Order: sequence, then structure tokens, then C-alpha cells
Amino acid sequence: MKTRSTTRAVRTPGGLSLRLDLRALLVVVLLLAAACAAGVALIGTGDAKIPAADVLRTLAGNGNAYQDFIVNELRLPRVLVGLLVGGSLGLGGALFQSVSRNPLGSPDVLGLSQGSTAGALVVIVLLSGTSTQVTAGALIGGLVTGLAIYLLAWKQGVHGYRLVLVGIGVSAVATAVNGYLLTKADLVDAARAVVWMTGSLGGRDWDQVWPLLALCAVLVPLVLVHARGLRMLEMGDDVANALGVRVQRVRLVLMVSAVLLTAAATAAAGPVSFVALTAPQLARRLTRSPGPNLVPSLCMGAALLVAADWASQRAFGADQLPVGVVTGVLGGVYLLWLLVTERRAGRI
Amino acid sequence: MRATPESDSKRSTVNRLSAENVTLAYDQRVIAEQLSVEIPDNSFTVIVGPNACGKSTLLRALSRMLRPGGGRVLLDGQVIQSMPAKKVARTLGLLPQSSIAPDGITVADLVGRGRYPHQGLLRQWSAQDERVVSESMRRTGVAELAERYVDELSGGQRQRVWIAMALAQQTPLLLLDEPTTYLDIQHQIDVLDLCAELHETQGRTLVAVLHDLNHAARYATHLIALRDGRVIAEGAPNDIVTAELVEQVFGLRCQVIDDPETGTPLVVPAARKARAERITAAS
Repeated sequence: MKTRSTTRAVRTPGGLSLRLDLRALLVVVLLLAAACAAGVALIGTGDAKIPAADVLRTLAGNGNAYQDFIVNELRLPRVLVGLLVGGSLGLGGALFQSVSRNPLGSPDVLGLSQGSTAGALVVIVLLSGTSTQVTAGALIGGLVTGLAIYLLAWKQGVHGYRLVLVGIGVSAVATAVNGYLLTKADLVDAARAVVWMTGSLGGRDWDQVWPLLALCAVLVPLVLVHARGLRMLEMGDDVANALGVRVQRVRLVLMVSAVLLTAAATAAAGPVSFVALTAPQLARRLTRSPGPNLVPSLCMGAALLVAADWASQRAFGADQLPVGVVTGVLGGVYLLWLLVTERRAGRI
Repeated sequence: MRATPESDSKRSTVNRLSAENVTLAYDQRVIAEQLSVEIPDNSFTVIVGPNACGKSTLLRALSRMLRPGGGRVLLDGQVIQSMPAKKVARTLGLLPQSSIAPDGITVADLVGRGRYPHQGLLRQWSAQDERVVSESMRRTGVAELAERYVDELSGGQRQRVWIAMALAQQTPLLLLDEPTTYLDIQHQIDVLDLCAELHETQGRTLVAVLHDLNHAARYATHLIALRDGRVIAEGAPNDIVTAELVEQVFGLRCQVIDDPETGTPLVVPAARKARAERITAAS
């Protein structure tokens, strides 16, 4: 009989024990390496090309003043925002999909992105606000949408289909609002709105990095502490309850975290499409392990977004094509591939 | 034959699990009021009754899945809701009707999840966990399936795996909600034999909800018959299962004979004609 499990236990004499899935660990290491490599390549890409070796030297603080300015002031924040946004979306998506037990239960489908967009459009079109105000508007829009979905879908716990259907309804309403706001807008505002709506990392600086980093520093550990409970929840509320998981509390903590992560990421970079949907699915296929695969999804999201940004800059030149277009195309193709192969495997 | 003085006096003794005057309701729909039930220690208690009599609801209340509207469920003398969730989970296990095997999970992995209440953030997989999991799989006869995916298994095998998971929880009390539903007759007996064995060899207290009265009479050491949220009778099957009781609880006319294999009561429904005559006579 062939062994499918790659899980090993590490035990100390003091009675502590950790469970490590070697395959998942390898996937995480490789994804982190890929994300960093894409980040270095992204920093070197642009009107002023910088070789990777110089980028690394400058990042370590040994570059000349010119390179230091381009690398550390202009491009590093953008890469960091990309990594944080991608990671947040990947983790948020994994949480949503796991709690709803449905791959479609991700923020893109549920209307969180549309809600954030509505918030941003209100600020752009009706208030002609600054970019900071747009970020705040998007954040509020995302949180309000999350709250609305929570209130509408929550009936003795979240059921997968109910969550997805309510989310689709909310999404439709938000899309309609967005369409209305766009038709009301004058040309300049409309152009600005459309750029925001595709999702872009262009022009991101340290002011975007810090709040996002702080949020992740709080939420990621919080989520990981509750990850074992989430694994149990995948077997149904009753089983999780019977095993001593405080089902309602775990789910509330995780859903609130997921909404915050998604809304913050969307506020920082616009509604970058499909990362939250595809990153958990891709991560899961790489680790081949059941369960929410939270850390692999986070790393996959980060790698995916930065790689997509690099690809769009490389192919079309600096800031010609917003990153959301590339992730949209990749994500759409991937989703179709997934559906076709799953169908062949006899599911759905 | 309602709660006899004898069973009332038993209520003051120290059985580990009991429900005292509980009111059970889903939203506004009241299933049972002032229901009191005592689970005798080391018994194989089976709860029977017609559909919608509240038997699964009672089991859900006993396993703290449902919070009673009134009254209380006591586990080791404490109100079950006030106890730490993991502590309850180390004392009382439940095999619910609806459980979902996550996609692509192996048997060993699923059974291992039964160890959750014994684990912590820094104690994720002890040598003890590993021993208990292989012992549980051996006991339920799924050891050779350890590396198989749960979704590839037959219904009977899958039910054994879920029981193995509940066993890995190592609880002195184990509650099973209709463990034989959706299984064919051979696997029904198979699962019940397994339950009887767990009860006999390990001295666990088992509480099961069963649909089949004959299975209940054959395997239970203590039977609780419910109707409309009330206990109609409780006791050893040989003492309480009579034609009158079956008619009272299920509204079915029948004969009760001795099971030729085990000597336990065997319910044989009256022929259609006989029942039709009764209806005519009644009207």
C-alpha cells in the first residue's frame, strides 16, 4: 500500500509536539521563494532597469543614492503592497471557502469587491475625494458589505449555498449601484474610477504599506491560532461541536478577520480579481492535503499577485496594464480549466 | 406506565448523564416539555419512538448541540453548557447524523481528528494520539483502510470510520444518532455488533437513537420509549416491550414474541387484514 500522508510529528522530551506536513512545508517555501524572486524582478523592471544583483545589494543598504531612491522609495513599497494584498486576498479567500465549504464562497463572488468598489466610487464620483479618502471609502464599502452578507446569510450558522446565494444577490445590488454612479460621473472621474476598478499597484508608497502590514501582523496570527478549529468545522458543525470546538466563536472570529483582510486589501489595490478565488484552490492542489491550507493560500496569493504585476509590466511596459487585468485573465482561465477537469473527474 | 416512582428515585443517584425537566424547542416549535431522562452508567441505552417524537432532539440536548429552553442537562453533576467545551468533548462523544468527510481526506487523517479535544497549540500530535488512533482503527476493523480516501469507501465502511473517529476521542460516554440509517441490513447488524462490543469490552456508556424497534430490543440494555416528547416507558427491553406498549407508542397493532436467536422481544406487526378489522371495529 502506498503511503499518501506526508505528515510527520516532531516531539520534544517535554511533551510538546508539532505536526508538520512536509509537502505543505515545501510548497510554502517554494512559493515564498517565488514571491521574493518575482518581487526582485519587479523592482528591477521599469523605465530604469536594474539588474537583480544590484536590487539585492540596494535592498541590503549598499546601493548608490540613485538606485536607493528608485528601489527603496519608489518600487519597494509597491512590491510590499503587492505581497501584502496578495497574501491577504489568498488568506481571506481560503477562510471564506473553508467556512462556506464551497469554492465559490470567495470574496469575488460574494460581492465584497463590488461593495468596496461602491464605497470607492461614492468618494470618487460624488465627493471627488483624495486617494486617501478613496481608500477609506473602499474600506468602509467592503466592511458594510461584509456586515450585510453576515446579517442576511446568518441563520443558525452559515450554510454554503445560502452564503453564496446571498453573496450573489448583494453583489448584483452593488454592481447596479456602481453602474449608476459611473453614468453620473464626468469623464475625468469616470476614467479615474475605471482605473481603480481594475485593480492596480501603480503609485503605491509607504503610506499604504504600514496600515496593511499592521493589520496583517494582528490578523494572521489570530487566524492561525483558530486554524485547527477551522479544520474541525469542515466536518460539519455537529462533529466540530462534539469535538469541543466553540463553533460560533471560531467562525465569527474567522469571518470577521476574512472580511477585514479582504476589505483592506481591496482598499489598498482596488478589486484585484480572482486572487481570492484561485489562490486557495491552487494551493490545495499543490499541497494535496485536505483542510483549509491557510498558509499555503496566503503564500500563493502573494506570489500570484506579484508575479502577475511583473508579467503585466514586462509585457506591456510600466503601468500600461493594471495588474487586475492579468489576474482576471489568469484566474478566469484557471477557473474554466478547473471546472472542465473536475467534470471529467466526475464531480459537479 | 409513565415515569414510575422507581425511576424517580433513581434520579437522585449519581449517573453521569441526565436531563432534568428540559424543554426542547427549535425556534418556536416545542418538541418536548418537562422531559427528564436518566442515562444509567455503563448501559447501552437506546431511545426509540415514532418519527418526530423528539428522540434525536433529546440526543442533541444530551450532547449539548441544543440548549434546552428550560431545565438542564447534567454531566458529572455539572450543567453541561457551563463546562469548558474541550472538557465535555473528553467525556462525551457524539456521532451525529450529518457529518461531512472533507474532500481528499484519508481514513487515518479523519480518525486522527477525533484527538482534537486532547490536543493544543503546542501539543498537536503526541505519541499517545498515534497509539489511540491506530487502536481505534483496529477495533473498528478499518486499520487496513488507513491510507484510503474516505470518499472511496462504501457506506458501511464509512460509518465504521466515523465510529473510529468518535472512539479516538476516548470518551467514557458515546452518543450515536441513528448510526444505522442508510445502511443495508448486513451493515446495520455489523455496526450494532460493533457498538455492543464497545459497550461490553470497554464498559463505555452508549446512547443510541434507533429506528428499528427489533434492533433496539435486541441490543439495548436499557430502552427509553418516547412519544410526543414524553417518556412512555423505560427499562430493560425484556421488561417493558409488550404489544400494548408498541401500540401505545407507535400506534401499531402487533404481537411480541421471543426472538428465536436471542430471546429478546421481537415485534411482529399484525397482518393488514387484522389491522383493518380493528379499525372497522373501532369505528
